[in-house]
Amino acid sequence: MEPVQLEPRRRRRCDSPASVPQFCNSPTMLVMVGLPARGKTYISKKLTRYLNWIGVPTKVFNVGQYRRQAVTTYKNFEFFKPDNEEAMKIRKACASAALKDVATYFSKEQGQVAVFDATNTTRERRAIILSFANERGYKVFFVESICEDPEIIAENIKQVKFGSPDYADRDCEEAMVDFIQRIDCYRASYMPIDDEKDRNLSYIKIFDVGSRYLVNRVQDHIQSRIVYYLMNIHVTPRSIYLSRHGESELNLLGRIGGDSGLSPRGQKYANALATFITNQNINDLKVWTSHMKRTIQTAETLAVPYEQWKALNEIDAGVCEEMTYEEIQEHFPEEFALRDQDKYRYRYPKGESYEDLVQRLEPVIMELERQENVLVVCHQAVMRCLLAYFLDKPAGELPYLRCPLHTVLKLTPVAYGCKVESFYLNVEAVNTHRDRPGNVDVSRNPQEALQTVPDHV
Amino acid sequence: VHGPRELHQNPLRKIWMPRTSNGLPQRPITQRRVCMTNCPTLIVTVGLPARGKTYISKKLTRYLNWIGVPTKVFNVGQYRRECVKIYKSFEFFRPDNEEGLKIRRQCATTALNDVREYLSVEGGQVAVFDATNTTRERRATIMKFAEQNGFKVFFVESVCEDPDVIAENIVQVKLDSPDYIHTDTEEAVEDFMKRIKCYESSYQPLDENLDKELSYIKVIDVGRRYLVNRVLDHIQSRIVYYLMNIHITPRSIYLSRHGESDLNIKGRIGGDSGLSDRGREYAMKLRKYIQEQNIKELKVWTSQMKRTIQTAESLGVPYEQWKALNEIDAGMCEEMMYEEIQKNFPVEFALRDQDKYRYRYPKGESYEDLVQRLEPVIMELERQENVLVICHQAVMRCLLAYFLDKTADELPYLQCPLHTVLKLTPVAYGCKVESIYLGVDSVNTHRNRPENVMAQRSTEDALQTVPAHF
Repeated sequence: MEPVQLEPRRRRRCDSPASVPQFCNSPTMLVMVGLPARGKTYISKKLTRYLNWIGVPTKVFNVGQYRRQAVTTYKNFEFFKPDNEEAMKIRKACASAALKDVATYFSKEQGQVAVFDATNTTRERRAIILSFANERGYKVFFVESICEDPEIIAENIKQVKFGSPDYADRDCEEAMVDFIQRIDCYRASYMPIDDEKDRNLSYIKIFDVGSRYLVNRVQDHIQSRIVYYLMNIHVTPRSIYLSRHGESELNLLGRIGGDSGLSPRGQKYANALATFITNQNINDLKVWTSHMKRTIQTAETLAVPYEQWKALNEIDAGVCEEMTYEEIQEHFPEEFALRDQDKYRYRYPKGESYEDLVQRLEPVIMELERQENVLVVCHQAVMRCLLAYFLDKPAGELPYLRCPLHTVLKLTPVAYGCKVESFYLNVEAVNTHRDRPGNVDVSRNPQEALQTVPDHV
Repeated sequence: VHGPRELHQNPLRKIWMPRTSNGLPQRPITQRRVCMTNCPTLIVTVGLPARGKTYISKKLTRYLNWIGVPTKVFNVGQYRRECVKIYKSFEFFRPDNEEGLKIRRQCATTALNDVREYLSVEGGQVAVFDATNTTRERRATIMKFAEQNGFKVFFVESVCEDPDVIAENIVQVKLDSPDYIHTDTEEAVEDFMKRIKCYESSYQPLDENLDKELSYIKVIDVGRRYLVNRVLDHIQSRIVYYLMNIHITPRSIYLSRHGESDLNIKGRIGGDSGLSDRGREYAMKLRKYIQEQNIKELKVWTSQMKRTIQTAESLGVPYEQWKALNEIDAGMCEEMMYEEIQKNFPVEFALRDQDKYRYRYPKGESYEDLVQRLEPVIMELERQENVLVICHQAVMRCLLAYFLDKTADELPYLQCPLHTVLKLTPVAYGCKVESIYLGVDSVNTHRNRPENVMAQRSTEDALQTVPAHF
């Protein structure tokens, strides 16, 4: 009998103070399917990073990790042989333990999406998962990765398997041989999701790293967003360069926001940036700016075509636009304190919050995923949001990430994450980074409030 | 490395552009437009008759135009109707009808010529070639044409074998077609079924193997399943996302503004004021109206501004707040009366009348910005079923323009009066609109375009069309 999805129970009333409805219906399990080295963990981690960034609490449950905790030393591929009964028992137990943790994540930790990262290559295993989900009212969405290109698989193994704890004590050649045999252990029993038998399931099949997709029965908003995201990511090597505009006139005065032009040092930075970019010798670089004068002036110096995105505009400080922190403390001491209490969610009166910014920047992130080499010339708060996405920083850290003027961050995807290189282009600038002060209470005195304000003219 | 070009801010759109060496502002390098490809795109529908190709073509075109991508449909059936004035019967479509085949081939060619004109000469970005295109031969012809002209090709195939869906399709759109205007229902259905049969034997669907180099989406059973192959660029990705979110389940969308607000009464724009007494009365009437409508599983959405939330509160049902539904940001003109804007910013006021769609308030937004902001709302409206959206004048104009396929020029002048609910119900290829005035008086907030839009106009000329207020 084919597995059938029950109608999920409505669990929570939608009562969202956030800038976008949270679509908080039933929790969702994303279940990966595929032979080893098909990118399941890559997809799991990337998707989880994206969902958390847009505000959907998501967590990966990697069954391999449970296995490594149960069987502390990995000997060789024989563990995965289909006739190894001892090992089968352990692997089944690990899957159960992981499922149990999924249930805890949903019921006790306010999780919304759990990514169940394992091969899940048999109908039997998938039936167990479906049954588990049905009993608890979780939605299930399968993500199957199918690939038979030997080059991709070999590259995959090099990138992520050699560094795995399983192969820490082995040389590359041995590791490769063992891993290939490991894959073979799964092959005989692999039953891909079947278009006929599984026609009532919700799933996406990804073929050959995205050249083709099969999407079946998308149930709701979050699944639709997941499909859209998966269809936009790629694995072509490339780098993303993030930079703020050159120092601006208002920066010098310690004033936030506004739409001023570059200071002389800011112009000098723009020149240095142009030299830096030329020396990087980047293939087919796209350059993006905001609609604000200071980023456009910076890009103009590069003497290459650039695109202006309104979505890249700096955070709108509303009534505090063009004020110094001292003035904000003087005129809006309570607002100033509230901001220090929760800098991520705090919205300036008639302005925006970091949380709003993330919403606004989502299409930028989506297009960055589609693109290859891009230089984004933007602003402090905007750059913090983008950086948090690439480096998987939580909402608590995001508003305090260091994004100083006159410094280029070069991000290069590697293995499961992102390599960051920081290039200070040797042109002095004011510091615009204000740390969270010790006292965030509304009752604090001005001195305490202004304790961490950086110097300015 | 040379110095930067001087920047000049376009006074209407508030966009910074470099001046060229001769001192004149240059055409902007690129504003973020949806379609960043230099090549125009040719979307080619594929499928038997009554599979929703024209429905998809028109809807997609409406969406793309709304988000700012100039798009046009080229429906080969229409070309055929112009060529063969009177439709006799399905026999025209018989595969052995050489005369018919000649005419049909000719029509396709004429349509393609018009496509070329639209994409290469008239500035179109996307052309939707709406025909059955069921043979590999026909598709090969189209691809060759596209290659010669430097167009990208994206196929949209609709596959469906559910007899109920097909029957409903025929009832909704075929019976009223010019082809069947003089035929009674039973005859028409019978003829159309035979027409479909004419195509069936020669139908070669897009093939997973033979067509693996092509870019396409196969929509199976009205969206139950999709096969997506080789999405090449941003616009194709957006098209796929859109097609995967639309559905044809019957439903209605209710659009309403908040009840009259205190600032409305004073003739002031923007702000975040609460409801006036009459506004509160409207909210109660709205509650009664909604209850009487007996709507199945109605979702209610508001903005994050007090006046829409107060309106929703009166309904006594759960609602969701969207920041994206906030009223247009009038920047420096927030909370001003039109008279004050004229007094303090006469040039801005005139620029707005010159191009109300693209005009951006200083430190504020334009209607064009609003549309960008509202796109996720539209996408979610497409996914949903029955929804009541309580929003604001400019926002409602943008949403209405999407559903009723209004142009950018018409959009900022659409009538969206207070205390009136617009009920939109998809029907055939478009949208039925019912306007329900709930009988509660309010100020008029609609300001028509005055005759004189020049910056040097008199105050009287500028304020000619300002509606009355307290």
